[in-house]
Amino acid sequence: MRHIIALLLENESGALARVVGLFAQRGYNIDSLTVAATEDPTMSRLTMVTRGDDQVIEQITKQLHKLIEVVKLVDLSESAHIERELMMVKVKANGDQREEVKRTADIFRAQIIDVSPTTYTIQVVGTSEKLEAFIEALTGTQILETVRTGVSGISRGEKALAL
Amino acid sequence: MSQPHQPEMLSGGAMLIQALHDEGVEYVYGYPGGAVLHIYDALFQQNNVKHVLVRHEQAATHMADAYARASGKAGVVLVTSGPGATNAVTGIATAYMDSIPMVVICGQVMSHLIGDDAFQETDMLGISRPIVKHNMSVRRPEDIPYLVKKAFYIAQSGRPGPVVLDIPKDMTMPNQKFPYQYPKDIKLRSYNPNAKGHPGQIKKALATILAAKKPVLYAGGGVILGRASEELTELAKRLNLPVTNTLMGLGAYPATDPQFIGMLGMHGSFEANQVMHNADVIFAVGARFDDRVTNATKKFCPNATIIHIDIDPASISKTVTAHIPIVGLVKPVLQEMLSQLDKMAGKPDSTIDAAALSSWWAQINAWREVHGGRYEQRTDLLKPQAVIEAVWRQTNGDAYVTSDVGQHQMFAAQYYKFDKPNRWINSGGLGTMGFGLPAAMGVKLHYPDAEVVCVTGEGSIQMNIQELSTCKQYGLGVKIINLNNGYLGMVKQWQDMNYDSRYSSSYMDSLPDFVKLAEAYGHVGIRVTHPDELEPALARAFALKDRLVFLDIHIDPKEHVYPMQVPGGAMNDMFLSKTERT
Ligand SMILES: Cc1ncc(C[n+]2csc(CCOP(=O)(O)OP(=O)(O)O)c2C)c(N)n1
Ligand SMILES: [Mg+2]
Repeated sequence: MRHIIALLLENESGALARVVGLFAQRGYNIDSLTVAATEDPTMSRLTMVTRGDDQVIEQITKQLHKLIEVVKLVDLSESAHIERELMMVKVKANGDQREEVKRTADIFRAQIIDVSPTTYTIQVVGTSEKLEAFIEALTGTQILETVRTGVSGISRGEKALAL
Repeated sequence: MSQPHQPEMLSGGAMLIQALHDEGVEYVYGYPGGAVLHIYDALFQQNNVKHVLVRHEQAATHMADAYARASGKAGVVLVTSGPGATNAVTGIATAYMDSIPMVVICGQVMSHLIGDDAFQETDMLGISRPIVKHNMSVRRPEDIPYLVKKAFYIAQSGRPGPVVLDIPKDMTMPNQKFPYQYPKDIKLRSYNPNAKGHPGQIKKALATILAAKKPVLYAGGGVILGRASEELTELAKRLNLPVTNTLMGLGAYPATDPQFIGMLGMHGSFEANQVMHNADVIFAVGARFDDRVTNATKKFCPNATIIHIDIDPASISKTVTAHIPIVGLVKPVLQEMLSQLDKMAGKPDSTIDAAALSSWWAQINAWREVHGGRYEQRTDLLKPQAVIEAVWRQTNGDAYVTSDVGQHQMFAAQYYKFDKPNRWINSGGLGTMGFGLPAAMGVKLHYPDAEVVCVTGEGSIQMNIQELSTCKQYGLGVKIINLNNGYLGMVKQWQDMNYDSRYSSSYMDSLPDFVKLAEAYGHVGIRVTHPDELEPALARAFALKDRLVFLDIHIDPKEHVYPMQVPGGAMNDMFLSKTERT
């Protein structure tokens, strides 16, 4: 099962290495990981997507909790939440293809954010599934490069991961 | 509280030493080098904190570790950057695996050189990360008192463990002084280690134990670390429970008590492993269902409801699912259980089913007859088990016993009957050969009047034998029981059992003359080769109160440790001798 784990981390050097090291050391998967400071500069917010059966996920959350710098932690996938990921795709776009790529981008409510005589760079925001669907939809178009931010997540309603 | 006078102005190095003193540290074990010279100079200029100069940094870590195991307080290590720090790694990992509080202060190159591959630079934070409870580096000298406080707080609270403090040399400059004040207490928003256990869960656990027909109390190192032996013993007595201790838990429940059924696990007693396998309720206290205990987890105790008390939630349901988990320090949880038991007195279901328990005890006593720790009795050959029993008699069962790793360790665990906690000091989790002698030194230094025995093998002792020199310098009169079988015995045992006795590198060729070696270091050496010599040799050795005596005891080289669980089997699948299995 895919899980999205969000955590607040003391914004100290080495804290991120500890989180990543834990995954390597204990053989857990990381599908994606995002991290940046929060509105409180002493803390960073980290979102990671991981996979495993219930027992593995339980161990992951417990082991993360044990890290001294982890302030708070929540498994977002346990309740209603929103997830978003941003992707930029650079594609070959010549002649007729230019129109077709643009149409596909519109359908996905993606934006063309850079243009050259032979390429488009498209930005798509959504769930990871949507991003993958967009890539699928581009079959026939030559993809030159893709870059994804990894998933960020937040719970719905009043629930908040804060101090 | 306000200070009546201006805080003293101290250099980073002096603040470090003053902070250690304010923390109550009496001894620091270490070895000097370039990056810690300012600190060593600060040490030299005061008399509060004493320094013990080892001969290899690994020994410093084991000394600090063993002091912690015996006293419950964090041991302190001081090493230089680079090779000094890397030499300490094995000892840090040893402490980490057994949850031992320790503060390791490592020198580091000057801040502005970090990352340049400077002379004696190693990324000690990176190297130690997977084997510490926490590690930190000093960025500003004025933070030193706070970071020392934080290091001790983290090392000693919750599930204890080693903390590394990395100090770049420029943080300790003698000419840069700062106002010194040691923090009284400390609170971290991201770390709250004092769980008392959920009263509802505790109640449920108690009800489950009281309803049991075949209960067992399985107690581990957490009881010793949590100083909860008294509560554990009282609860076991009041409910007439059979008690087994893990390798790390020996002494948590008195071994000579009739309710004690021995150690469990790979080399556990026949009865302890049978009791576990057949139990209907397993009451686990401060134990972690380690693979050396459970054997194959799929076959582990099929009929048992498992209650598990541990301060570390990650230890609960890690390898074996706990039906009633209780996250908390073992001492307050057991106290709560006892007081709930008091309150229940006289009410229905407030006692355990006496008839069921009595037939359970009949079964247990029958199991006790099956193997009962028997071993071959010889008059011409020294058996290791007989040596340990003789040492136990000689020391009235009241010594601190440290060990190395191998067959001798298992014989010591099986045949020295520990009645008190904190007396059995061994590397259970990491299994570090070379631990025994420095560990004995760490204990002896703090408890000079106590008997401190190191049970070792001719393989293990050579991994830190240079410390005989440190023993001479500090007058550490430990007694070394070298169970010399001429083999890396535990390796040989596996080769006998699984590799048709092909002794690939398990033979210790060219052994030194240990008696002469001990004498060369200024100690007393005694060789024992025949059973008749044993008791007189022990009597002579222990009569030499203040001397280190190295007893080189030549034992049966063919002996194996039994019982031994059959790999891949259940708890109760065991070899009982070279020819019998369950
Ligand atoms: C540092 C280290 N290296 C290797 C091992 C693997 N090992 C475990 S027991 C053992 C043999 C120990 O021999 P000895 O000290 O003579 O003890 P004996 O088993 O003969 O009693 C070895 C090599 C270890 N535990 N630690
Ligand atoms: Mg040997």
